[in-house]
Amino acid sequence: MRLFLRLLFRNRLAGFGAVVLGIIVVLALLTPVLPLHPPNATNTANRFLRPFADGHLLGTDHLGRDLLSRLMWGTRLSLAVGFAAALVAGLAGAAIGVMAGYFGGRTDNVTMRGVDMLMAFPYILLALAIVAVLGPGLLNALIAVAVVNIPFFARNIRGVSVGIAHREFIDAARLAGMGHTRIILTEVVPNIVPVVVIAMSTTIGWMILETAGLSFLGLGSQPPQADLGSMLGEARSALITAPHTSIVPGVMILLIVMSVNLLGDGIRDALDPRLRSGALARPMAATRVERVRVPAPSGEGLLRIEALETQFHIGPRTYRAVNKVSLDLKPGECLGLIGESGSGKSVTALSVMGLVASPPGVITGGAVRLEGQDLIGAPYEVLRTLRGRKVAYIFQDPLSTLHPLYRIGDQLIEAIRVHEPVSHSAAHARAVKLLEDVRIPNAPARIRAFPHELSGGMRQRVGIAMALANDPDIIIADEPTTALDVTVQAQILALLDDLRRSRGLAILFITHDFGVVGQLCDRVAVMYGGRIVETGPTADILSAPAHPYTRRLIACVPELGGGRRILAAIPGLPPAVDDLPQGCAFAPRCDKAQDACRMGEIDLQGTARQVRCLFPEGAP
Amino acid sequence: MTLALKTTELAKTFDIGKRLIGPPRAQVRAVHPVSLDVQQGETLGIVGESGCGKSTLARMLVGLLPPTSGRIEIEGRALDRADPAAFGRLIQYVFQDPVSSLNPRKTIRQIMEAPLRQLHGLRGPALDARIAELFDAVNLRPEFLSRYPHEFSGGQAQRIGIARALAASPRILILDEPVSALDVSVQAQVLNLLADLKQRMNLTYLFISHDLAVVEAVSDRIAVLYFGAVVETGPAQKVFAAPRHPYTKLLADSAPVVGRPLGGAQSGELPDPLNPPAGCAFAGRCPRASDLCRREIPVLGAVEGDQFAACHHPIPH
Repeated sequence: MRLFLRLLFRNRLAGFGAVVLGIIVVLALLTPVLPLHPPNATNTANRFLRPFADGHLLGTDHLGRDLLSRLMWGTRLSLAVGFAAALVAGLAGAAIGVMAGYFGGRTDNVTMRGVDMLMAFPYILLALAIVAVLGPGLLNALIAVAVVNIPFFARNIRGVSVGIAHREFIDAARLAGMGHTRIILTEVVPNIVPVVVIAMSTTIGWMILETAGLSFLGLGSQPPQADLGSMLGEARSALITAPHTSIVPGVMILLIVMSVNLLGDGIRDALDPRLRSGALARPMAATRVERVRVPAPSGEGLLRIEALETQFHIGPRTYRAVNKVSLDLKPGECLGLIGESGSGKSVTALSVMGLVASPPGVITGGAVRLEGQDLIGAPYEVLRTLRGRKVAYIFQDPLSTLHPLYRIGDQLIEAIRVHEPVSHSAAHARAVKLLEDVRIPNAPARIRAFPHELSGGMRQRVGIAMALANDPDIIIADEPTTALDVTVQAQILALLDDLRRSRGLAILFITHDFGVVGQLCDRVAVMYGGRIVETGPTADILSAPAHPYTRRLIACVPELGGGRRILAAIPGLPPAVDDLPQGCAFAPRCDKAQDACRMGEIDLQGTARQVRCLFPEGAP
Repeated sequence: MTLALKTTELAKTFDIGKRLIGPPRAQVRAVHPVSLDVQQGETLGIVGESGCGKSTLARMLVGLLPPTSGRIEIEGRALDRADPAAFGRLIQYVFQDPVSSLNPRKTIRQIMEAPLRQLHGLRGPALDARIAELFDAVNLRPEFLSRYPHEFSGGQAQRIGIARALAASPRILILDEPVSALDVSVQAQVLNLLADLKQRMNLTYLFISHDLAVVEAVSDRIAVLYFGAVVETGPAQKVFAAPRHPYTKLLADSAPVVGRPLGGAQSGELPDPLNPPAGCAFAGRCPRASDLCRREIPVLGAVEGDQFAACHHPIPH
């Protein structure tokens, strides 16, 4: 709740709206005890007094009634009707939406078509028709406004409920023996409350306006009762001669609706989880760099990552996702980067081309040298010409990396033409050739396919074709086969291996799977808690791991052909990178850990084969 | 040995493009008639790639999805009515994604209480005692009960999911990819916990996974699914060591194993479910396919002893 308020008031306009609305609401609540004239006491001798007249701060209307008093009582009524209508519409709409979304099928179809029909009428016409049937009066106007707004809520809530009804925890609740009513009330409703609140807060202003509109037409509050709409209606005939009688209620409507809408926007932003994490600010085009000093070049190589440090600054916490990581990649080499989730392997890969989202990501140290040129802190223009041309990425989920609305051919052609000014037809021919290179059958026809028309394996082939589009020197593949089935995974790995040999590509292959590393990579680096704990030739590491973590991780991986058995496990959990222990990050889970392991920094030792451990395996 | 679970010709067909009135535009057979027997205390591994119908089969077995045809018997009692509450006391489900199977707006205690209250009518001290017992069984600390699901790591959340499934005191647990969302080092913890629980509580498991090595490590028997049909069943060590169906062999050869050269570059995809082939669904990818395979759907038959395959030309050994 405190977080919500802080987020709300971080938005200045929403805070302003909250203050204005707060003052209005307090005044409206206090109206009966304020020393005001009776709102309906007429005094025709004093009609159309100007504002600041004696005893009448805002003047009087055509019957000599005190405008300030009528304004306060009218505001009170309009607010009450507006809120009540929003509440009724919100509750009724939510009930319909939840039913339709949860039960789905025919229930959904029939209710939502009914709601669609209601929506097909212009809202004011529908409201007029309802009031015409029920007769004029404030309560009937309230009913009309509420009914007119039910479809909006019903549609919104139904969309959310459909998503929730298919979540696994609903299945779990059914298996726990809960009935439909109980599931709706205890499982679905708590998850849609924020949506109802958001929808209400953004429509309440509308409802106040609509009620005022009906009253203005004489269908809402009946004389002598004042509400803002009827005050405007009565003032209409004296618009020229006594403009203040219209301006006073007009300004009040403006203030109410404006403050309600500003506040509503603020509430929506503060409650929406996507907007909460500061995503309102678009990520920058390249990761923010705050480097104190640049390390000196440590050697030659196609790509050298040197003492790279990438952190995430979220609130008061600092997550050291990548902590002094050094790697190098030679032409035509395949380097495996292996680690569990949260070990920092993907962030390392994304840091190379400045693709870590900022905020919250910051590169705080180290260098990434591509053929000697430092990419950290390089101008965006430089990074952009290198992205895709020198260093290309392949991501885990091809469905989310390909644009769903464009044909794969158009996306490939775009990727080619961004870097090279070739004609459309030449690019098209290249795109077909690329699809053939990644062994997509019937490439000239498939090039017109949309991403959803392809299977997961085919989509990943398209992802690889896109990475190859500009003949890069380096491909960074971030778990490219994790989302695929084993038979398809084998095809994709074989394809990557062929491409590497035929084109002399260097590959940085990120994975959590030792089997994949063993089949594809020349060298491997093992990451744990944001640091490299061991690196060396793949065969050596797999046959004789030196770091206890590597040894035990390999032991955890079940291999086919081992039969039924108890598997080795590592007790405990990987460390959180915002609260790393002193010394070795693996010490709390390590059975060989001694006091020295928990004391200070432990360096990577060795040359071709490096290990960050005081008591490596195999040592005496 | 008594039979824990028996399915007879269990099948599911989905309607595609439903209309308000009138027949649907098309139908997809997600699960072809499946007959399975699972013995008391056994672990049956179900292997298959995405889209092979393994989750649909599992959801029918717990009553979350009404079968189109066929019967389900649990310990001799027929349960064909899709009512999860009736199934719940006999058979429970552990979900693949541990975090999304827990309602984000409920505390762990509220989540744990639901099956105990609804299925067993526990209240008051008996309820608290049972929750403590279950939490102890899955090695979780009791102070976790007042927290919300997002505060847990994948491994811990999966233990909570297991504890919730056990709360119903079921005889059978369906484990739908219970470790595929977890890291390797945590995966083994959960698998060992499951093995331990099975022994202590005399449970029967149906273990569904796409990871052959994991399935092999935990299963007594294995059923391989392809395109909605069982193509091979048999004892775990035999199925992968000496596969009879060419698809099982392809699966076994595709698993990445250290030291084995990259193979399986053979292309090929699942057939279109809206337009299934006339004969064997695997014929298009199969090196042993003949004209017979493209004409006639093979039926599951004994190849040798307790190993069954649905193939016209099973691999000889």
